Amino acid sequence: MHPVRKKRMIAVGIILLVSAAVVSLIMYALSQNINLFYSPTQIAQGEAPSNVAIRAGGMVVENSVRRDPKSLGVVFTVTDYAHQLTIEYEGILPDLFREGQGIVAQGRLNEYGVLVASEVLAKHDEEYMPPEVQEALNKSKAQ
Amino acid sequence: MIFPEIGHFALILAMMFAVALATLPMVGFYTRNRVLLTSAKPLTYVMTLLIWLSFFVLAVAFATDDFSVLYVSQHSNSLLPIWFKVSALWGGHEGSLLLWIAILSAWAAAVAYRSDSLPNATGPVVLAVLGIIATGFLLFILFTSSPFIRLLPDHPIDGADLNPLLQDVGLIIHPPMLYMGYVGFSVAFAFAIAALITGNLNASWARWARPWTNVSWAFLTLGITLGSWWAYYELGWGGWWFWDPVENASLMPWLAGTALIHSLAVTEKRGVFKSWTVLLAIFTFSLSLLGTFLVRSGVLTSVHAFAADPTRGVFILALLVIIIGGSLLLYAVRASQVRSVVSFGATGREAWLLINNILLTILTLTVLLGTLYPLVFDAFSLGKISVGAPYFNAVFGPISLLLIVFMGIAPLSKWHSTKGKWLVHIAIMPAILAIAFSALVFTFHVFDWYLWLSFSIALWLVFMVARDWFDKVSAARQSIWLRAKKLPRQYYGMLLAHFGVAVTLVGVIFVSMNSTETIVRMAPGDKVVVGNYAFELQGSIRIQGPNYVAEQAIINVYDGDKRVAQMKPEKRLYKARQQMMTEAALSPGFTRDLYISLGEKLSQEAWSVRIYIKSFVRWIWLGGLLMMAGGLLAAFDKRYRRKAGV
Repeated sequence: MHPVRKKRMIAVGIILLVSAAVVSLIMYALSQNINLFYSPTQIAQGEAPSNVAIRAGGMVVENSVRRDPKSLGVVFTVTDYAHQLTIEYEGILPDLFREGQGIVAQGRLNEYGVLVASEVLAKHDEEYMPPEVQEALNKSKAQ
Repeated sequence: MIFPEIGHFALILAMMFAVALATLPMVGFYTRNRVLLTSAKPLTYVMTLLIWLSFFVLAVAFATDDFSVLYVSQHSNSLLPIWFKVSALWGGHEGSLLLWIAILSAWAAAVAYRSDSLPNATGPVVLAVLGIIATGFLLFILFTSSPFIRLLPDHPIDGADLNPLLQDVGLIIHPPMLYMGYVGFSVAFAFAIAALITGNLNASWARWARPWTNVSWAFLTLGITLGSWWAYYELGWGGWWFWDPVENASLMPWLAGTALIHSLAVTEKRGVFKSWTVLLAIFTFSLSLLGTFLVRSGVLTSVHAFAADPTRGVFILALLVIIIGGSLLLYAVRASQVRSVVSFGATGREAWLLINNILLTILTLTVLLGTLYPLVFDAFSLGKISVGAPYFNAVFGPISLLLIVFMGIAPLSKWHSTKGKWLVHIAIMPAILAIAFSALVFTFHVFDWYLWLSFSIALWLVFMVARDWFDKVSAARQSIWLRAKKLPRQYYGMLLAHFGVAVTLVGVIFVSMNSTETIVRMAPGDKVVVGNYAFELQGSIRIQGPNYVAEQAIINVYDGDKRVAQMKPEKRLYKARQQMMTEAALSPGFTRDLYISLGEKLSQEAWSVRIYIKSFVRWIWLGGLLMMAGGLLAAFDKRYRRKAGV
């Protein structure tokens, strides 16, 4: 083969190899770290997989927040006004967590249909509504 | 009392001048009319003056509590301290756009001031391109987001207050610095477009654009560093980077901008990568615009998306499409005329910098993908998703480590071609030293091969930087200091910035390796041991701030028997919005930070308390500051001053 052409072939080969490695790294990382959002209705209807990291959310039901007096454990219920979902969490709830407020939690469903949350997000100000929660509310209202 | 209408009127006038600036010099260029060409400078100055007048009027409205202005009433409150009142100007959508355009006009004025040294038509065309951008944004402000709308005759007695999260020193300076950075890339963009229009696509445009790009890059670096520092102490979880879409929006132009300053160097010095550099300048500014779009249109699930007004989103999207599409079209038509004739070897510095550009581009694209993926998913109705931080960590980490490995070698290589053997010869000792030293350090820690490798790479970079300097100063038979003084500032800028990368990397490694987090329930008198320290809750008191009431816990920290700090984390209730805020307490140190934030009050006296010990966390931002200083130092190299000849 012509030496220049050979050089080019090698260069192209290396670039292909590197981009294949990068693309597979990206695809793998993406497939591992995408968290789908489910509304309480979807979870009640069994659409959400259990023991897979998901996001779920809704409005925190009044008087549903119960704390363990000895630890930092807390249990509360969220609703989209059609169905309810119980969420378990251990740790510090965000400043804006309040009954009647829209929240999103990330975690896994256990065998009893309870979301064991690793993270609870309630963001920024009272007018702010997590968009997923807003959409879930709109959907359940429409039904 | 100044009438806010003056501000609005000034903005309308500024828009007219911007339209004139966007068109007259261009017409002048095509018709070879000198008068029209020379009009660019005064037009720029007047436009800038008018925009700043309008900015000043709004600032006065904030400072004097003019709640008849809707925007002021939404983002300020009479109880706010004065410095927060003024900085509340950029606490919301309308005001931050005004800041954007004010900074753009300031950059344009600076370019106009320095434009005399540019060959005949280049200066005016550059200004005209900036004029086009200014026109777009002024139209956007005037039609969708004017901050001067009044609530008359019934205006509220007091304002709704600034979001408490934004009532912080970090947020006074973070947005202006960030905007200085990413709006500053418009200058490099304008130079690139002007080069395409005038056909002056030789290496000289790279020389003019370089100092501007360096300065913008330095500002952006500072802005991102400040943002990370703010998030660290204000959000109360002790993290320093969250891969939030808004953070990504500023990181993408930074990555592309970093690639740009390197490829500009190659284009200037060697005349290669010419068309790539032009494309990269377009790409970098496009990412700045995309960032503005993502943040300002509220399309992403993000903490910063204040506004969710669809007309605004559509307007910015249209602006984005016109500017990016137009410049890419121009590029497609013109760039084919560019031919690089210089060739280079596989191990020359050009090749190393090519690798730099490829890796930085890949990094930019991975961040872009992760940020836009939820949007694409949603657009095809596949469901609402979020891409978690683990994705970014998994992809970003290894690629940037690879980049840093090459960063050690590139500065030592020579232009055109370097002998492979010589490179190996020069690199082998630092590599061995780095690996050995890192192994030694890790014998005291839990061994983790990834962190160990990262630390070796950080050390390798430091050794190679030092080695390069020694080689350069001890090459001839002169005293070291004499030679050291003779090396150009540009070179020291590079050393400093590269050293900064190593410092940041060390910070990142130690924070992830050697930090502890404890969440406990504490009643007065309780003592908790975390790491080498004991924390004792003494009690809590109520305090009264200017616009909030707070409960403050007093926690004494002991190292053995010695009290090393008294920390006072707070839980604040901001009156105007009835909003709770956690104010973390910090005891900063060069090698470790103690960090306490209060959770909920669990009973009359007991709190849930979050205690962190963060190793070397300051190094992350220290590295950022070093990078910024490096960028500035390089921008103020003597040769630019001489060539620009003020």
